[in-house]
Amino acid sequence: MLELRDLSKNFGGVRAVDKLTVTIEKGEIFGLIGPNGSGKSTAVNLICGVFSVSEGAILLNGKDLGTMPPHRRLRAGIARTFQNIRLFGELTVWQNLSVARNSIEDVAGQGFLSRWFGSTNRVREEIDEMLEFAGLADKVDELAANLAFGEQRRLELARALATKPKMLLLDEPAAGMNLEEVKDLDGRIRKLRDSGITVLLVEHVMELVMGVADRIAVLNFGQKIAEGSPIAIQNDPAVQEVYLGKS
Amino acid sequence: MDYYLGLAQTIGIHTLLGLSAYVLMLTGQLSLAQAGFFAIGAYTAGILTVLFQWTILPALVAGALVAGFFAFLIGFPALRVRGLMLVVATIAFSEFVRLFFFNLSWRETIDNVEVGPDSTQGFREIRFFSANGWEVWEVTLFVWFFVIAVMAGLWWMDRSRAGAVLRAVGEDELAAQSVGLNLTAVKVAAMTVGGVIAGIGGALYAHTATYIDHLTFTVLLATFAIAYPILGGLSSVFGTLAAVVFIQGILIEGLRFLGDWRNVLFGLLIILVMNLKPRGIFDARTALLIKRIFAVHRGNRGDA
Repeated sequence: MLELRDLSKNFGGVRAVDKLTVTIEKGEIFGLIGPNGSGKSTAVNLICGVFSVSEGAILLNGKDLGTMPPHRRLRAGIARTFQNIRLFGELTVWQNLSVARNSIEDVAGQGFLSRWFGSTNRVREEIDEMLEFAGLADKVDELAANLAFGEQRRLELARALATKPKMLLLDEPAAGMNLEEVKDLDGRIRKLRDSGITVLLVEHVMELVMGVADRIAVLNFGQKIAEGSPIAIQNDPAVQEVYLGKS
Repeated sequence: MDYYLGLAQTIGIHTLLGLSAYVLMLTGQLSLAQAGFFAIGAYTAGILTVLFQWTILPALVAGALVAGFFAFLIGFPALRVRGLMLVVATIAFSEFVRLFFFNLSWRETIDNVEVGPDSTQGFREIRFFSANGWEVWEVTLFVWFFVIAVMAGLWWMDRSRAGAVLRAVGEDELAAQSVGLNLTAVKVAAMTVGGVIAGIGGALYAHTATYIDHLTFTVLLATFAIAYPILGGLSSVFGTLAAVVFIQGILIEGLRFLGDWRNVLFGLLIILVMNLKPRGIFDARTALLIKRIFAVHRGNRGDA
């Protein structure tokens, strides 16, 4: 599904990501962990096209994404959420989803007017489904900025899903959540995988990653130091040294 | 009576100027190019009615389209910069346009009178309305027909997905990109629409004033253009209209007895509003409050 090949990113003299090679298979939940500043978020931003690649390549289904801009990558099937929630605060819950849902290609066939100035019934139904999924059906007309923290996280996830992604990048989705919310998130992520979406989960919260991920890669100073199943990662001495043991 | 009709024309034309900046501000761009687009619309339409003897409507449409075309063109390079740099780049554009017309001399003799833009002497005798026997109230109606049409169009756009898209880009470009919005397309589209609206305003201005020169289209005019939406807020087009009525009707006309001191008041007012109401007098919260007071129920969420 997604292949990172010797991916590197330099910020001035700092090498934030260093020759990272990872292959994420279709339909799996792939965890990416590492201490603060290990290059996880940079990797996400490279995959989304927010940063340009210094060296190496990112391949989606075998095709190099090159310098494709972020909105085209979204249409190619890569959606994301942000570490610090980035909703459109002054838009309503409905508008947040409508903007996302209508920006993808398969509505283009409905003609300019309905794409930009209206919504077809099918699109409305789909947005309603998203609202149900996010548990926000009673908050359609609320401004996103007025939602509670947990609701904002769920809305951001729903907004990403509204673009019908094939692959979803979750950048620390459990940050700031209590244990119960983490469990809830765990269930949602599994549901996504079961619906056929490949998930790249970048996370700090070990309970979540170790429980939900099929495979995990560990980054330290931009380099991959281990890759394998959650159990193998937990027992890896290199990982224990840099990360789990000293946290 | 003619005084009030003239004031109504001024308010209408400045509302168009303010709305042209409003569209851009929805996408988070502060542009001082509106004076340039306004000037292009004014000179284009004026040249067409005076030198080519067109009637007003096609001349106005042509003025709007030419202004829109230039807005489209400068949209691309201007979008490479943002914030203060965009302000500087767009000032440069407005000054370029102004100095172009400062130098433009295109004189022809029509009906034994020499007419047309005369560089530093300005462009006199844009007399389509009086030459064709339009009454002042007819001209006022004509102006307000366009004001209402543009306001209605923008109001409708605001409530459709297009409005949400513009606001999404204005709020968070990174998030907007990551849900699949093409920033360049959205911003250039907003710039073009803004240019067309400013062009309509300029064309109307040239024919109601009957005399234009480069000094009309200075940075001060561009400042007015962005002051209206800043003062009125971005929650709806009515904020801009209210701000124009307030500034043109009350501050400038109503306080005429203060002489040049009213300009001081004008600057003071902008400072006060930006401090007390950073999102404009009619911000989202105020709009919500007004809605609740009048208990207007929002029934149709679907087109939002």
